[in-house]
This record gives sequence, structure tokens and C-alpha cells, in this order.
Amino acid sequence: MAYVELQGLRREFADVVALDGISLSLEEGEFVSFLGPSGCGKTTALRLVAGFDRPDAGRIVVDGKDMTRVPPNRRNMGMVFQAYSLFPNMTAERNIGFGLKIRGITGERRAQKIAELLELVGLERAAKRYPHQLSGGMQQRVALARALAIEPRVLLLDEPLSALDAKVRVQLREEIRRIQTRLGITTIYVTHDQEEALSISDRVAVLSQGHIEQIGTPSEIYGAPSTPFVAEFVGTMNRLEATVLDGERGEVDHGGVRLTVDAARGRRRGERVLVLVRPELLELSANGAGGENTLTGEVLTHTFLGPVTRLKVLGKDTELIADVSTAQSEALPVGVHVTARVPSTGTRLLTLESKEPGQDGQ
Amino acid sequence: MRKRISAGAVVWLVFAAVFFLLPLFSTLLFSLKSNQTGNCCTLEGYGLIVHDGQFWKTLRVSFVLSLETIVVSLLLLIPTVYWVHLKLPRLRPVISFLALIPFVVPPIVLVVGLFEVFKDSPDWFYAKPYGFLVGAYVILAFPYVYFSLDAGFRSIDVHTLTEASQNLGATWPTTLVRVILPNVRVAALAGAFLTLAIVMGEYTIASLAQFNTFPIYIQYINETKSFPAAAVTLMSFGITWAAMLALLIVGRERPFQVGGAR
Amino acid sequence: MSNVSTLLDQPYRGDFKNSIQISLVTALLGGLLGFLIAYAAIREGTPKVLRTVLTTFSGVAANFAGIPLAAAFIATVGTIGIVTRFLAERGFDLYQHGFSLFSLRGIELVYLYFQIPLMILVIAPAIDGLRREWREAASNLGATPLQFWRHIGLPILTPSLLGAVVLLFGNSFSAYATAYGLTGGFIPLVPIRIGYFYSGDVLSNPHLAEALALGMFVVLGLMMAVYIPLQRISSRWVR
Repeated sequence: MAYVELQGLRREFADVVALDGISLSLEEGEFVSFLGPSGCGKTTALRLVAGFDRPDAGRIVVDGKDMTRVPPNRRNMGMVFQAYSLFPNMTAERNIGFGLKIRGITGERRAQKIAELLELVGLERAAKRYPHQLSGGMQQRVALARALAIEPRVLLLDEPLSALDAKVRVQLREEIRRIQTRLGITTIYVTHDQEEALSISDRVAVLSQGHIEQIGTPSEIYGAPSTPFVAEFVGTMNRLEATVLDGERGEVDHGGVRLTVDAARGRRRGERVLVLVRPELLELSANGAGGENTLTGEVLTHTFLGPVTRLKVLGKDTELIADVSTAQSEALPVGVHVTARVPSTGTRLLTLESKEPGQDGQ
Repeated sequence: MRKRISAGAVVWLVFAAVFFLLPLFSTLLFSLKSNQTGNCCTLEGYGLIVHDGQFWKTLRVSFVLSLETIVVSLLLLIPTVYWVHLKLPRLRPVISFLALIPFVVPPIVLVVGLFEVFKDSPDWFYAKPYGFLVGAYVILAFPYVYFSLDAGFRSIDVHTLTEASQNLGATWPTTLVRVILPNVRVAALAGAFLTLAIVMGEYTIASLAQFNTFPIYIQYINETKSFPAAAVTLMSFGITWAAMLALLIVGRERPFQVGGAR
Repeated sequence: MSNVSTLLDQPYRGDFKNSIQISLVTALLGGLLGFLIAYAAIREGTPKVLRTVLTTFSGVAANFAGIPLAAAFIATVGTIGIVTRFLAERGFDLYQHGFSLFSLRGIELVYLYFQIPLMILVIAPAIDGLRREWREAASNLGATPLQFWRHIGLPILTPSLLGAVVLLFGNSFSAYATAYGLTGGFIPLVPIRIGYFYSGDVLSNPHLAEALALGMFVVLGLMMAVYIPLQRISSRWVR
């Protein structure tokens, strides 16, 4: 049975539906990210789990117990806030020890626990410093240690790295994951940064406008987005609008060009679909080598990304994005006409709507 | 937010409402009492006041004094606070400290001091209330005007605005008047209305310096006729309240509160 | 200088004693009540409009001190005040029970009318500075609201609270017009005494007036010396 269950959580504010009845289960020890743009409801959901807000409908069950009516200070969950949550009148070690003090754990036991946690987050030497004497990254480490001190059943993190420098962010997110794995605590991590979510989670739940668009492993979310929103939000994706010509052979028509994609097999003729191709899967060549499954266009811009260069290609009515190795990009300067080959496998198809009358876009 | 008001909060807010409104309410009732019967309900107290020439005369004097104090205060303080915020931020704690002094020094001592300072001033300065009294009132209002302006300047990015303005070719006066001033308008108005409240209620200095202002008139009525005194008290309250409401309305055009806890 | 030593005799010593007593009482009581009311209006759950109303009213009330305030209280709990009458009709004679508006107690009551709003105005920004995250983090870690206040809320607010109380003390100490309006100058307080000397009553002696003023300055100076460091501490945390 799942360790944490969110059942049909619904929350409305004035005239806005922040959460539209979402449901989700987490296994014990699992690290799940809530990913989405601002306003999608991810923080609202987290705050409901933490108890700072009450749902209008739905339940929160942890380890078989219904937590929905339990006040936040009795849920035994550890929360790491985005910023400014350390108590300014206490040193790092007293901040960390606060939860223990409240539980009546004192003296030697407490001191030992605090020392353990300081070591866990690598801040043994900052124990006696006050929050305003610590850098942003250090503050968040203390916040993490503080949340872990009470040995919570569930760890909740609300965009803990948003307020930090890029480099610190990458470093810290890996540490958070490392610590989480070591301690095996069930964790919910809220973020708007897809790279963050994809790199450290067991599963990712993509949210938009109060509902869950897709839940899956990072590679599923990235490689097999199941809705246009996910395809758009996660990673960069080429989206080609097309109409299905032949469902048996997997042929579609994109702007007059016939493309064969495996994903179109089994679709009905006339369906309007979106063909999704990852930039790294488009094969570019400079000579008009034509051939099967190709689109033509002119190179518009080069964006240097290190080992890879991202090319923007202007086709007949679409803009294509192709990632090629930097070495190869030198042979495809701006202004050159290229052909881009769309691979028949490895692309995804999403339904837009059908041309046939009397059918719902489903 | 779904959170409802807590019981404790209700208790204290009700207490506050009762404590603050009761005297006002009593004053109202008092003011409606007739001089003969000592009972409710008549407007003759109000009538007496309104028909008293002294009422209008002193009201006008105090009003003019307020306006003059406001103008002088703002003229002095807006450029000063602007300059301090821009160039001399270290001076801020010093000025904040100075701003607390008039707040806490008894008006009496202020009068004593001021008389000493202005001993050799020309006669016109003393003759009408306008010279000497305005000087005293500017000092009295200084903390309120300063703290309002200070808060206003703190909520805008003085450096960026100034640099942008200069970059586009404006001179100092232009920057001050056309860029900075509109942005501290609300703060300046807040200070102005607080000044109005102060001047309209200031008794001590005016009485010791023997000028005839509105509060002096109120005390005179206070000492001679009790029920009309309540009437005039209520009217002075009403005038100040109206000023404050005006501020609220003007202030609505911009978000009022500087956020702390979200 | 002999004037200064006269200060230590009666009746001036009595004046200082009275002034200090009133100021202490109204500062502490006004501070406590002002804080509780301000917090009630600012905390989560209370409609924001109440805070605006309270702040606006406090802005006026803090300056309401003086003659009009005295008149208002006379109308309320004076010998023929509305409340006095109301209670008398129900069999409770206020003045028989030892209360008098024209005593030190009465002055304290009246002073509260502008001390409490002053406290509200001064402490509101400090309460704003109590970040919501601290409350939530404390709750998340298991603390009850009482525990939050004990370990976090009050320690953080203490410098601001103390500073505000000190300010209230100074404000009360230097108040003149209200006491004058209540008693016509018949109450032994330092500012009133100075007023006597200055306006040529009784023993016209401006130098004694100046010595009294000096005495007041000393008291107020001490007050400032306490207030400034407190302000510095409190601003350190609310960065």
C-alpha cells in the first residue's frame, strides 16, 4: 500500500480553482517532484500536505492514517521553505535543535543529534553562527538539517533552491538527493525548474492549472510526454501539426509534405495530430539530399551551448529546432539551405482533434 | 484565504472599539444636551458655536497656520530627505534620532527655548501668529513629516530613478520635481495630513505664546460652557477625521502597505 | 545652580514623582494593550480593512491629546458624564467608589487614549517584520502557538517592544495640554509646573522653570540613551 496518498484534493480561492481534485500516491522512500509553472497549484498542494491550509475536498493519508484534520504541528512532517525560514534569533545549531527541544529531547541526546545533522549537511564549523551570517546556500542546508532533526515521516521542500545562485543550486540539489536516499525518507519536492525535477526525482508529476497533466519517471516525462502541455513545458520539442493520411502505414501530411512516422500507425485518417520530435533527433544536412521524411528550410540562428549547438531552421511554415554537434554546425552556417530528416521511430504523436464530423477531439 | 478571524483577535478589537469610541459617543450625547434642562436632545450647543464669530475666526487662523506649516515643512524636508537618501545614507540614523526629540520634548520647553532663540527677531515675526508659531509648529511636525517621507523614499529606488533621469538629460531641479516628487506624493500627503491634525489640536505653545488659535477657543468654551464644549470638541474631531479620510482616498491610488510577512 | 538643587525639594520632587509614575504606568499598560490590539488587527485571519481602519484612527488619536481629549473624557466619566450617569442610574456611584477623573488615576486613563494608538503605530512595522515562514516553520517542527511566542516571537520583538515603551514613557512625561485641560492646571506635574512659571503665575521665576526643564531633559536623555541601542538591535534581525 502506498505510504502517502493524496485523494481528490481540491482547493478554491475566491474565483480561482487552485487545485482541481488531484490524486497521487507515493511509495515509502520515494522522491516525487511536483513540476509546473507558477500558479499551477504545486505549492498549494504542498501546503495542504503540510497542514498550513485545509482542502475544500479530498483526503491526505499518511501511513494509513487520515491526516486531513490534523493540525500542522502534529503531522510530523519536515518542511524546507523557499527562503527566510530560519529563526533569526537563534544560531544554526539552536535552529536545528528547536524541533527536538519542543519534543522534550534535551541534553546529551540532543547535542549528539545536532552534531550528526551538521555533519550530514557539511556545516560543522558554522554551528554557532546566526542566519544573517550565513550565505543563502548554507541557510538552506541548515533548514534541511532542521527539518530532518525531528525524523519526519515525510519531507516537504518548497522550491528550496529558487533563491540561490545557479552553481550552488546544482551542487545542493545533488546533496539533497544524496541525503534523502541515505535516510530513505518519502519526499515531495516542488519546483518550476524542469532540469532540477528531472535530474533528482524518482517520479515527476507535471501540474498545470490545478490538475496533474502527467506522472511518470523523468525519462517518461521527457521522452514520452502524454499531453501537449507536458511536451511544451519539459525540454525543447519540435511540434509539427499534421493530418493523418494513412493509419496502416503511418503516413501523415505536414504542410504538404508526406512523413512516415511509426507513432501514426493505428490512427484514423483525418485525425489532426501533433508530431513531436526532439531537437537532437533531427538529422540535418546541407545539400538538398531530399529523401524520405525530410523537411527543408534555411538556417536562421546558431546558439552555442558548449558541445552542442542549437540551430533554428525556418521551414515553409514552421520553425524547427535542431541540436547538432558543434563540429557539425560549422558546416551549416546561417543562411544555408538544409534538409532536416524526421526519424520514423522515436517520435511521439499527440491528438489535436479530428476532421471527421460528429467526433469529439479525444 | 479561508482562515477565519481568531477569537482572541475579536476580543481585543472589540475592546479597542469600545475604549476608543465610547468617549466619542459620550461627547456626542453631551453635545446634544440643552443648557437649561441638562438633558437630551437639542442642537442648541452646535447653534451656539456656529453663530459665534470667534469660532470661525480661530478656525480660519488655525487652518492657515496648518497650511503654512505644511508648505514650509515640505519645502524644507523633501529636498533634504531626498539628498540624505541619495548621497548621505549614513546620516539617516542621526536624523532619525533628531526627529524623535521634538516628539518627546515637552512643548513648554520648546516654547522656552524658542523664545530665547527668536529674542531678537523683528516685530512682524511676533505680531501675527504666522511667524513664530509656524516656526514652532514646523518643529513639532518634523518627526511626523520626516518619518512619512522617509518611509516613502525607502519604498522607491532613489538611486536608479535619479540616474535614469540624469542619463536622459534632466537637471537636478527637474529630477526632483518631475521624477522624485510624484513618487513620494503619497508619503508627502500623509505627512501633510498628520501636520494638519497636529496644528489643529496644538494648545500648549499657542496658549503660552498667547495667540488665539482654534484649540485655545475650544478650551475657553470648555471652561465656560460644558455642553457646547462637547459640540466643538466633536467638530474638531470631525475635521481631523475628514482630513484623514481624504488621505485614505488619495492613498488608495497606490498600494499602501509595504509588505512584511506575506 | 542653586535652582537645580531646589529641584530635589518638595514640591518639585513630588512633581517629578507624579510625572514619572504616570508615565511609567501609561507606558507599560499602553504598551501592552497597544501591542495586543495591533497584533489582533494584523494577524492572519483578520480582514485587512480592519488594520487600515485601526492605523488611520491611531494616527488621529495619537494626536488627539490635549484639550479636546480632556473634554471628551469629561463628557464620559466626569462627574456628570454619560457613563457616570448610566452607572448611577443602575445603582453604582463611580465617584463614591474612589474614582475621580481629576486625579492621577484619571489622568492615566485619559493618557491611555493617546498612548495606545501611539504604540499601535510604532509596533505595527515590527509585527509586520515577523515573517510568516517563521510561524509556519515553528508549527511544522511541532511548536504550539504559545511555544512559538515564547521561543521565537517575543525574543524577536523584545527590542522593538522595549523601544516603543520607552518612547511612550517620554511622550507621557512631556504631555501638558491634556492634564491642563482636565484640571485647569491644578495637578502637580512637571510640565504643568513649568507652565506656571512661564506664564507668570504665582512665583514668576523663569530660571526655576529652566531648571525644571533641565530636569526633564535629563530624564528624557536617559530615555533616549536606552532607546537608540534597542532600535539598533531590533533592526539587525529584520533584514
